[in-house]
Amino acid sequence: MTLNRRRVLRGMLNGSAVTVALPLLDCFLNGNGNALADGKAMPVRFGTWFWGLGITKSIFVPKKYGAGYDLPEEIASWKNISQHVNLITNLSVLRATEPNLCHYSGWVAGMTGIVPKSGNDKPGESIDTTVSNQIGRSTRFKTLTATATGDVRSTVSYESANAPTTPEFSPLNFYTRLFGPDFQDPNAPSFTPSPKVMVRKSVITGVLGEIKKMEGQIGAADKARLDQYLTGLRHLERQFDQQLTKPEPLPACKAPAALKDEGKPGGEAMVVAQRHKMMTDLMVMAIACDQTRVFNMNYSSASANTTKAGYEKPHHTTTHEERVDETLGYQENCSWFTRRSMEAWAYYVEAFAKMKEGDGSLLDNMLIYAVSDHGYARIHSLDGMAAFTAGRAGGKIKTGLHIDAGATTVARLGYTVQRVMGLDIPSWGALANATSKEFGEILA
Amino acid sequence: MTSQRNPGRHLKGGFRALLAASVLAVAGCSAPSQQHAQAPAAAAKADITGVSLRRLRLVTTAQYLNTLAYIFGPDVRPETHFAPVQRTDDLLGVGTSLAGITSSQMEIYQKTAASVASQVVSPGGRTFLVPCKPASDSARDDACARQFLTKVGRLLYRRPLDDERLGEYVAEAGEGATRLKDFYAGLGAALEGMLVSPQVLLLSEIATPDPKAPGHQRLDSYSLASRLSFFLWNASPDEPLLKAAEKGELDTPQGLARNVDRMLASPRLEAGVRAFFDDMFHFDDFDNLAKDPAIYPTFTAATVADAREQTLRTVVEQLVVKKRDYRDLFTTRETFISPSLAALYRLPSQDAWVRYEFPADSPRVGLLTQISFLAGHSHPGRSSATLRGKALREVLLCQPVPRPPANVDFSAIENPSPNLKTARDRVSVHLKNPVCAGCHKITDPMGLALENFDGTGRFRENEKGSAIDASGSLDGKDFSDVRGLAAALHDHPSVPSCLVKRVYAYGVGSPVGADDRATLGKLDAAFAANGYRLPDLMRTIALSAPFATVTEIEVETAPAK
Repeated sequence: MTLNRRRVLRGMLNGSAVTVALPLLDCFLNGNGNALADGKAMPVRFGTWFWGLGITKSIFVPKKYGAGYDLPEEIASWKNISQHVNLITNLSVLRATEPNLCHYSGWVAGMTGIVPKSGNDKPGESIDTTVSNQIGRSTRFKTLTATATGDVRSTVSYESANAPTTPEFSPLNFYTRLFGPDFQDPNAPSFTPSPKVMVRKSVITGVLGEIKKMEGQIGAADKARLDQYLTGLRHLERQFDQQLTKPEPLPACKAPAALKDEGKPGGEAMVVAQRHKMMTDLMVMAIACDQTRVFNMNYSSASANTTKAGYEKPHHTTTHEERVDETLGYQENCSWFTRRSMEAWAYYVEAFAKMKEGDGSLLDNMLIYAVSDHGYARIHSLDGMAAFTAGRAGGKIKTGLHIDAGATTVARLGYTVQRVMGLDIPSWGALANATSKEFGEILA
Repeated sequence: MTSQRNPGRHLKGGFRALLAASVLAVAGCSAPSQQHAQAPAAAAKADITGVSLRRLRLVTTAQYLNTLAYIFGPDVRPETHFAPVQRTDDLLGVGTSLAGITSSQMEIYQKTAASVASQVVSPGGRTFLVPCKPASDSARDDACARQFLTKVGRLLYRRPLDDERLGEYVAEAGEGATRLKDFYAGLGAALEGMLVSPQVLLLSEIATPDPKAPGHQRLDSYSLASRLSFFLWNASPDEPLLKAAEKGELDTPQGLARNVDRMLASPRLEAGVRAFFDDMFHFDDFDNLAKDPAIYPTFTAATVADAREQTLRTVVEQLVVKKRDYRDLFTTRETFISPSLAALYRLPSQDAWVRYEFPADSPRVGLLTQISFLAGHSHPGRSSATLRGKALREVLLCQPVPRPPANVDFSAIENPSPNLKTARDRVSVHLKNPVCAGCHKITDPMGLALENFDGTGRFRENEKGSAIDASGSLDGKDFSDVRGLAAALHDHPSVPSCLVKRVYAYGVGSPVGADDRATLGKLDAAFAANGYRLPDLMRTIALSAPFATVTEIEVETAPAK
């Protein structure tokens, strides 16, 4: 089959034209592989990364600001990635009169720009959903979310207040979802549209008609949920359409060998590290295969219950009950946990940096946004917080900078990354955290 | 503009008061069923009035699988896990009435549907599950497809499919058969469609004008059948219940009672009771429960699964099979032991599950001393008097414990300290600190009575060489050990009322609030009058006016600009 742009735009299904989303195709790239053939920039992908229980300021925050920042012991593991990472410290969640909801207010503010009023005040649409609504509709998956905790409930991504994004918690399941029987290898030598998928799509179209009938039967409060169901059915239709269209070759896309083992269950730090590594490797290849352009990874939860082999307290309990070592000047085991988190972050960033794309790396065409739930978790502080970005966003931002946020709101970084991702929003966040002030230092 | 963040529950003014009078006649007319003729429930339920909310509920994984098992038999069982819902009012069952649907969830629905359909129409499955044979295996046969889809559609949709929709499915099966040159593949595609239908995966309750209360609404017969079935069996209605709905039996007190009694007498009640307690006891946490193997090497994944199963078996045996007083769950010594649990309980190893009764002098008394409670409310590497006390308050007494304040000074309890050997030593610091004491006084004194059990639930006399003092108190009742705690809990007035609140909310699928106070008060009285028997409580709720009488959640709208 001869590849050309027209064929991508029109899938032939029994003689009828099928409109399909456009995967990222090398035939769309210019000769250097660093821009699309029509001169437009490569698509920038957006990711998030979350870790629980913040930082220990004295051994986390570099002394030097700007480029070439030093790496204190809690982030010593960043030595191979610091040039890709902007580290923003001295951030705050400005809660005004709202309560400090331990291990909740912080991450909700970071992911939505809004401080919740109570524990029952669920986050609304999170930043990844906002971005995916802008750039995520053309791929097989609008968003991919994974967690290294092994807990299916561990997520900071919300499609809406009543719809948290369900994370992939099992590497085996994640593998199957990405590269199982429904995966279309873009580099396969031949392609035959599956008649079974054609039939499936037709049946789904029939099911869509039921939504209208139900609209007249349900209460007003449930209409939004029925709309969500409709959106989900449309998503299935789009996936079937994509399965019926020959994907264009993507040289970097190489489906990994099937996983045979996903490691031990549980939350012991070494087990979590291994799970995080497996999830990251799958996510990197999912991006390289253009399966999604928006993704989330949770290393740990807020109130992380990661454990250290032979040590009786999980991370969260340790933050509150471990004494500050008089010699070291910090909580030794607590910092041990944070260091493991930062090692995982380093692995995550480096994994994308190692993946080639065009004449650079995948990371060059990405923007990753990382937040936590607290600054100093021992006292549930919502100031002195740290957040990071990684990747150059297709050249739109500078990297390798350490910036003092001056106790301004964490929503500033969220606002900045959304602007970089092309969202035309005048401000982000609510009440005291509402901001229209970017971190101009990182903009290229 | 519709308010989407935590829509509040606002009942239309005066509605409940009006309804209260009108439904008295309905309830009062009901005759006690033959099975329950001697039960005082009939008298107690007569004045249970009120309304419940009509919501769209998500069908859970267990409900879906139970329904498939009824329709297609136990061999059709896909490996699937629907997205978890957020616990609301301490119940996942209530969370299903608020949970949204994401695109990834829809993918799961579709993949599960494909797996089920494939199993049903497979050469091994079709022989038993498709009630007719097509004229040709490789061509469409609308008559045979219609026969299958009519029957299965009725059970999956929980009501008969209308002719138009059924016709569409038959046509889709036919077109699929033609395109794929395979009758069964076409039929499977149509079945896949049914299995991703919003009318199958969402429990959509339809209301009709209530003839007994002009101007008000009650569930239509099929919706009432579904509410009953999901409540009592954790599955869709079976064919007899759908037939009863079709014939209008559920619209009469006698017919409703007859059907409820049939359901309560069915072996499927066990699945319903298990599902309720799995939810109430937060056993979804067990999906992610693990202990540090360096500290607790004998606590394995098998232990976790069996601990959950032990408690559910105990509950079913005591409350359903033996119809015991619910409160006795907290003092019974009867239970079941599996091979993996035997080591933790220091009992002789067994080859399979066996009944076991702990001796009268054993510290194992009631559910609080089972591994599920002890290990489920501990840290991965140690016990926790606070977590156990908190669970006792919140799960068993329905008393929410406030969140800890953000600015607590923990320096006083920093470990390790040579002077703080036992949990009592450690938490005593909480109790001396006024900021901490407010909450810890309501959790720790009863949690400390369980300190003779380590983080996995294994019995111990000492902690770090110091003898454990397991004395404590619960709302004014002092005791010297866990036996005293069990007795105090048994007699605590909030134990039965908490169960009533949870069972009612679970049954109607909505949070309960101040508007439900009168209903709950009547249910409390009926529960007591019936000797705190769970099946009688479920019957009372299922026959009560608010179970079938519904109102809408009122959506806040922004004033016009």
